[in-house]
Amino acid sequence: MSSEESRKNILVDDSVAENITRVEELAYELKIREVMERNVRTLDSELKMQSAADLFRQQRISGAPVTKNGELIGILSIEDVIRCLVANDMDAPVTRYMTSKVRTIMATDPVVEALKFFVNTGVGRLPVLDEKGNMEGIITKGDLTSGLLFALQRSIQEEELKTYRASHLFEDITSNRTSLILRYVIQPRDFTHGGTASSNIKRALLRMGASPQIARRCGIAAYEAEMNLIIHTTNGGNMRVEIEPHKIALDVFDYGPGIPDIESAMKPGYSTATDSIRELGFGAGMGLVNIARCVDSMKLESVVGKGTRLKMTILLESETVGEGYAGKKEVS
Amino acid sequence: MTIMTLDQIINSLGLTVLTDLKDFKSLTPSYGYTSDLLSCVMSGAKNQGVWVTLQAHNNIVAVAALLELAAVIITEGAMPDETTVAKANEQGITLLSTEKASFYIAGKLWEMGLRDV
Repeated sequence: MSSEESRKNILVDDSVAENITRVEELAYELKIREVMERNVRTLDSELKMQSAADLFRQQRISGAPVTKNGELIGILSIEDVIRCLVANDMDAPVTRYMTSKVRTIMATDPVVEALKFFVNTGVGRLPVLDEKGNMEGIITKGDLTSGLLFALQRSIQEEELKTYRASHLFEDITSNRTSLILRYVIQPRDFTHGGTASSNIKRALLRMGASPQIARRCGIAAYEAEMNLIIHTTNGGNMRVEIEPHKIALDVFDYGPGIPDIESAMKPGYSTATDSIRELGFGAGMGLVNIARCVDSMKLESVVGKGTRLKMTILLESETVGEGYAGKKEVS
Repeated sequence: MTIMTLDQIINSLGLTVLTDLKDFKSLTPSYGYTSDLLSCVMSGAKNQGVWVTLQAHNNIVAVAALLELAAVIITEGAMPDETTVAKANEQGITLLSTEKASFYIAGKLWEMGLRDV
């Protein structure tokens, strides 16, 4: 490859880069044994060059290992045959033209080792040895390419199958009432992980086949509730998400300090956040308002000194627009 | 409505890309939103929009990721720390930086034609 071409090849977009990364990963994961050719045609050391040339032509192969009493002693390639033809020496034994310093590779090595070797040396094939040093197979560039492509396709299929299985979970399982429960423990003042639980909830929903709008609404509601636990609670709290075929129920609870004035807390712009928390951009007094906008119904209960419990529901079938609080005033 | 790419926005406003380079020419944000209050952003910013803020702490990444924003423009030279940039890369969020104030950036974006708010 010219330097011009290699420069051009550096410019790849994200999707290509993603595939390249996957191939690279596979090159490290896959073992030589999984992609090598096991059915190796070997040449006996007594064989004449003419017979080797005939064999290459008939079998459409471009090289083969040479063995003596079953032991690997060299490798003969089509280039060696050409050299021999030019020298008009076809009656010579293969041992005269073969390469006797044979590079080999272990069956347990990752595919990337063979890849590196092929790229660096320009050699076309490598005999593969087992743990005891016996020849187990042979590997060529062609084997590598087809092996990697096959593995890539298999991994894509596995990924598709995983998503399919997740999104059909409820169809495949029969019970009187099936649900999936996700639980998260949130630590107080843990701003570093703020939003992690909500991101995971959103990802799980998308994986389960929820529509992007539903996942987004649920993500926003979960985020606001999660941040409330981080900002306001004494000892953090818990989030519990129950996913059912027709609805998602979020249950967020903590053990203090409790909200003294729920009615004010529900008002847009009302906040008890400290200045240092406001500096981070929190405490806009919009958290519960945002939640109400995203869920179909919500219920906020709190006892000062005991704790707070916020229950939210998002309906899946009707693809509703939310406005749980504003529309229904279902707050106790 | 003028269709502009994130690449054009970055170049015209002279923004510094803090996260991994992406194919910015393929991203065409059509919305903008300016606020430093995360809950307001949660309620106001739209999918694939550009968010202008002077907040630079790591929670902006969570917000941007949940809302699937095209990019966050951090103004007045505020700098996110390494962890925040790493988190943004992990979540595929583009963080951009400028010395200019939010008002100036919003004005320029408006001038460029980013008006569908």
